[in-house]
Amino acid sequence: MAETTVPARPAGRAQAAQPSRLRATFRDSANYLLILPTLLGILAFTLWPLIAGVWNSLFLQNQAHLHPQFAGLENYARLVNDPVFGQVLGNTLLYTLGTVPASIGIALVLALLLNRRLRGVGWLRSAFFYPTMMPMVSVATVWLFMYSPQVGLVNATLQALHLGSPNWLGDDRLVLPALMVLGIWKQSGYLMIFYLAGLQSLPKEVYEAAALDGAGPWQTLRRITWPLLSGTTLFVATIAIAGAFQTTDQIFIMTDGGPNNASDLLLYHIYLTAFRFGDLGLAQAGTVVLLAMLLVVTTANLVFGGRRAYYEDAR
Amino acid sequence: MKRIMMLGLLVVALLMTGCGTDTPTATPASGGPSTPAAGGGGATATTAASSGGPATEVSFYYPVAVGGPISKILQGYADKFNAANPDVHVTPVFAGGYNDVLTKIQTALQGGGNPPELAVMLSTDMQTLIDADMISPFDDFINSSADGKALIDDIYPAFLRNSQQDGHTYGIPFQRSTPVLYYNKDLFKAAGLDPEHGPATWDDLVAYGKQLTKRDSNGNVTTWGLEIPSDGFPYWLFQGFAIANGQNVLGDAPNKVRFNDPSTVAALQFFADLSQKDQIEPPGVVIWNNTPTDFEAGKVAMVYHTTGSLTTILQKSKFPVGVSFLPKKQQYGAPTGGGNFYIFKKTDPAKQKAAWRFVQFMTSPEQAAQWSIDTGYIAIRKSAYDVPAMKDYVVKVPQALVARDQLQYAEKELTAHNSTQIQHILGTAIQAAITGKSPPQAALDDAQKQADQLLSQFSK
Repeated sequence: MAETTVPARPAGRAQAAQPSRLRATFRDSANYLLILPTLLGILAFTLWPLIAGVWNSLFLQNQAHLHPQFAGLENYARLVNDPVFGQVLGNTLLYTLGTVPASIGIALVLALLLNRRLRGVGWLRSAFFYPTMMPMVSVATVWLFMYSPQVGLVNATLQALHLGSPNWLGDDRLVLPALMVLGIWKQSGYLMIFYLAGLQSLPKEVYEAAALDGAGPWQTLRRITWPLLSGTTLFVATIAIAGAFQTTDQIFIMTDGGPNNASDLLLYHIYLTAFRFGDLGLAQAGTVVLLAMLLVVTTANLVFGGRRAYYEDAR
Repeated sequence: MKRIMMLGLLVVALLMTGCGTDTPTATPASGGPSTPAAGGGGATATTAASSGGPATEVSFYYPVAVGGPISKILQGYADKFNAANPDVHVTPVFAGGYNDVLTKIQTALQGGGNPPELAVMLSTDMQTLIDADMISPFDDFINSSADGKALIDDIYPAFLRNSQQDGHTYGIPFQRSTPVLYYNKDLFKAAGLDPEHGPATWDDLVAYGKQLTKRDSNGNVTTWGLEIPSDGFPYWLFQGFAIANGQNVLGDAPNKVRFNDPSTVAALQFFADLSQKDQIEPPGVVIWNNTPTDFEAGKVAMVYHTTGSLTTILQKSKFPVGVSFLPKKQQYGAPTGGGNFYIFKKTDPAKQKAAWRFVQFMTSPEQAAQWSIDTGYIAIRKSAYDVPAMKDYVVKVPQALVARDQLQYAEKELTAHNSTQIQHILGTAIQAAITGKSPPQAALDDAQKQADQLLSQFSK
């Protein structure tokens, strides 16, 4: 129930109490009206597809079964028995582990470096944020060319330094690291912005006290800045993990999941299953798995991290 | 009170704008430079009652799979047809790659919408489209006109193999190709090889490759002898090896494939050895899109690529380019490739007829010849090569005849039920062998098992 403050009225004007309650009801419904568009959007585009997706994952609907046929947990059984799906899950976890901590680390370093009044610091911040603004499809096309073994920029540089000429996107051991570099490059600027905001809201008195006590820069970072930023870090980590799980554009452009399924990540695998192989039931099951993984990871993040995160006005 | 009402009105107004006019599910994203406004509602426009009524709208989805200004070229052809046939209006709609065209149409159909009247999709998608009950055969149209029968008789038989099933013709070949071997004549001359002939046999391929691969003082390769792409759809170029070694990878029915016959395993071993043992190819998977660029830049002396890239490669290479058959082992061999016209079941019969007229136009000898000249695709019918424009062209560009001459050795492209997934399974096995992750026998046995499991759901 929304709290409404009923203004105090003199006892004599008893009939004035009625319109106040009416006014309170109108105010409540105004609140609901205001959130109605977003609420409808969430119901239509998040909640309904979620329920429908879980329901549809219980049906076989593919090129051999044109009309959906109830099959219980058979799609999930097929996923469990599919070695490629296991590989895909492994790839996704590896990719997440490879990109999230590195992105956060780089973002923090950049924020620390750029949180001062240098001349042109605005330009520098924009420069580091720029990758985020570019569409991933365009970026991936450029990086596809950059990674080209014979004529690409990366190998041209490496060859000039006599470091050989690896086949980045064609070697199943190198393709995931190559994609990770792209992911980190694209994301760090975005996460840097959150850290900048976090840094700028930190209390100055603590730093003054630390300086008075003779704390060095590394100690300040470790014992003051990092713990104070833990709320931001929690938020940034959640975003980065969700982003890692949603990686598809660069795979679509650069590798098509290959070579040999080495760069097949979960969401891309679901896309292939649904739209290339036409197996909608199986794809729905994969989606439910993706959702479950995301829920587990973000909940763990919030529960374990949340306990230790510092928020300025927390009790 | 007044504020609440205003707020409520504002919210309702926002909701109304959110639920705006419904866009037709098959919304064309026009690729042509000058589509008239009427083209925007292509899939839902009116039919012509008789001549004198509004033009019959035909929506035509096409993919772009080779380099060149394809959208402009196709729009030009459509404009020519529309001008000559005022009662029909064809709108070409660019829809991405082959996979994207299929995805778009399938998604539209699943959403309860309408497919386009005409689309170009892979010849190998035929079985998938039949299974999904999406396409109609062209039989009635072909049998009802002398031109139609003449067309079928005139089309190269190799192209009809992926276009006909159970006595019905489901696809009309349009942009068809085979892979060919492109080679750099200057680099051949520099290595002491005959620039007028590419390698004829597998042994020649290896020998030439070794002579053409140049290394610097540190042992790093500066020019590779050969590049055969193996990303995207590796099964296609691999079919060339399998067929040349005696056995194609298809079975005798849409629910059978033959991935692990001994000759096929040996073919994959040869393919993998090119980079691992003979070292005439870069190690690992080679990217399809990078290969012509590497060739044009002189970084590699021989490449396998589709004949559809001929025009672009000739334009961009600053050296004379030779084109030859894929080298033979037991025999010459190559798969066919490319896309066919398909018409869809759930469309208005009058529009289907109009679409058929457009197909007849595009497959007429003159038009087929022009399309081949503009792109490098093989002209689908024999009489196209007698057209004067084509006769002049092949004098200037004799390389254009190589793919057509290879047709006598060409065989069916890999297709089956669920063909995209079957192709993906074989492609993964090929990549596993090329990257050295798995020996060819094991990789192909595994692929055969997976394919059999997938195809067991289909009775024939």
